[in-house]
Amino acid sequence: MKTEAIHTDNTRAAGQNSTSIWRTPQLSMRWWPVFRRNWLVWKKLAIPSLVGNIAEPLMWLVAFGYGMGALVGQITVDGVQVPYILFLASGSICMSAMQAASFEALYSAFSRMHVQKTWDGIMNAPVTLDDIVLAEMLWAAFKALFTVTAILGVMLALGISYSPKLLLAWPVLLGVGITFSCLALIFNALAKGYDFFTYYFTLFLTPMMFLSGIFFPLEQLPEVVRVISNWLPLTNAVALVRPLFMDQWPTEWLRPVVVLSAYAMLGFWLALALTRKRFRG
Amino acid sequence: MNEPILSVQNLCKHYGHATVVNDLSFHIAPGECLGVIGPNGAGKTTTIRMCLGLTVPDSGSVTAFGLPMPASALAIKAQLGVVSQMDTLDPDFSCAENLLVYGRYFGMQDAQIRARIPSLLEFASLTAKANAKPGELSGGMKRRLSLARALVNNPRLLLLDEPTTGLDPQARHLMWERLQLLLQQGKSILLTTHFMDEAERLCHRLLVVDHGKKIAEGAPRDLIKQYLEPEVVEVFGNGAQTLVDAPLKTLATRVEVSGETVFFYTSDAAPLMAALAAHTQLRTLHRPANLEDLFLKLTGRQIREEA
Repeated sequence: MKTEAIHTDNTRAAGQNSTSIWRTPQLSMRWWPVFRRNWLVWKKLAIPSLVGNIAEPLMWLVAFGYGMGALVGQITVDGVQVPYILFLASGSICMSAMQAASFEALYSAFSRMHVQKTWDGIMNAPVTLDDIVLAEMLWAAFKALFTVTAILGVMLALGISYSPKLLLAWPVLLGVGITFSCLALIFNALAKGYDFFTYYFTLFLTPMMFLSGIFFPLEQLPEVVRVISNWLPLTNAVALVRPLFMDQWPTEWLRPVVVLSAYAMLGFWLALALTRKRFRG
Repeated sequence: MNEPILSVQNLCKHYGHATVVNDLSFHIAPGECLGVIGPNGAGKTTTIRMCLGLTVPDSGSVTAFGLPMPASALAIKAQLGVVSQMDTLDPDFSCAENLLVYGRYFGMQDAQIRARIPSLLEFASLTAKANAKPGELSGGMKRRLSLARALVNNPRLLLLDEPTTGLDPQARHLMWERLQLLLQQGKSILLTTHFMDEAERLCHRLLVVDHGKKIAEGAPRDLIKQYLEPEVVEVFGNGAQTLVDAPLKTLATRVEVSGETVFFYTSDAAPLMAALAAHTQLRTLHRPANLEDLFLKLTGRQIREEA
């Protein structure tokens, strides 16, 4: 009886605090059926979705890698000479992870949340909004991982890199997907319509592509811009992934891991708070 | 034993300066169908959202199956079936897949759900449409699929928010028949509706709400008896309006005008009908008082701004 009373007090205390949108995320395994729902829809559309996801990055790679590569020749990274196509491939795969995760966590998540009201339906069952947001975040990260895997396959076929450390690049790219889906969900929570996402892509993601050392080395940038670039999530993703493509260990791994994790955790918390606010009718 | 299955106590909700739900209390007994009727914007949907723990009340409490909301929200929802005003069916899934995926949200095993799907589809008269997607279904079929989906976890209590709005009479009658069947199985239902015949047919008890406040509560027949004269004579046509001040108005207990129509409420319409026979240019309709009269008497005939 006594333990029951204490338990009731605890739930009551939790209930009283439950009105703040900033309360700690209350996550459980109930995200799994929501993730499976998205998986089941995607299975029906996987092939066209795959073509869309990898066609563009591959065009960039071929056009720039072989076209520009012929002009640029070798490029120096951390004192090592590498072909331009390897330089570009190792950066652009991070960009692909970013774009796949962002696209899924913006346009697709918004369709489910706002247009189809799928989330409202799910919340009538015993699944909380927190678990739905977690499921969407992991789902977008999974989509990024899937895209990245397909592109890695093509890169292997083209012989761009045979580094055994690519095996480690794979989970790192999943982490990159997680970071960018967390960030994208912030904007999903704020959106009134699809048009809003154009701002996110053109004002945030596209400039970041050019400031993160994907197409040219960061050394080319003015000092001030480099300071900013050092804190961008995509720069830190490239810092981890590029050495692995070159069959080397990152010279500095702790800082990029911490920066990416911080973006992911703070991003998720903010996204969840704003989504709770959106749904608090 | 007869503890209410859902109990709502002094519920209040404000949005800015607007009071949407104002000190609302009601309960549902096991096996009972409670109807909530009220004009658009009366606070019906907000009340259902608070019962689901989706909207936090400013004050008051909701208890379901003896458990407090929202502290035990998940345990409550595990025993609840919900059909919301707007269909939230998955457009990419077939009817059967919609049921399967929804059952998973309740933590049910696939085999357990698959075993239930045929009977749920049959209940919804959708057996032939098992592999059709919602886009291929009529409005009535979609609503029945929503109802079947709400039953996937075999709930004890159903919350139905305008389940028949927008349906044609055939589809509506089929929905009523199904809801009757559920009541016979012992399920409890909270139903909001704009259709008075629906409320009268299905509900054991009615709650009339307006501006978030309960203005009447009781069995449909009792409410009509309590608030209205038993008979109504509607008069319309050229010159009907002039009757309002004519001597024959003393033959009615109460006279109301709405647009071109004059409503006479009386306990015995025979003398009035005899007097009206002289006015050959007028058309008359003599009928017993119904819930619609009650509803309009309690909430007024004006169109609401938000409607």
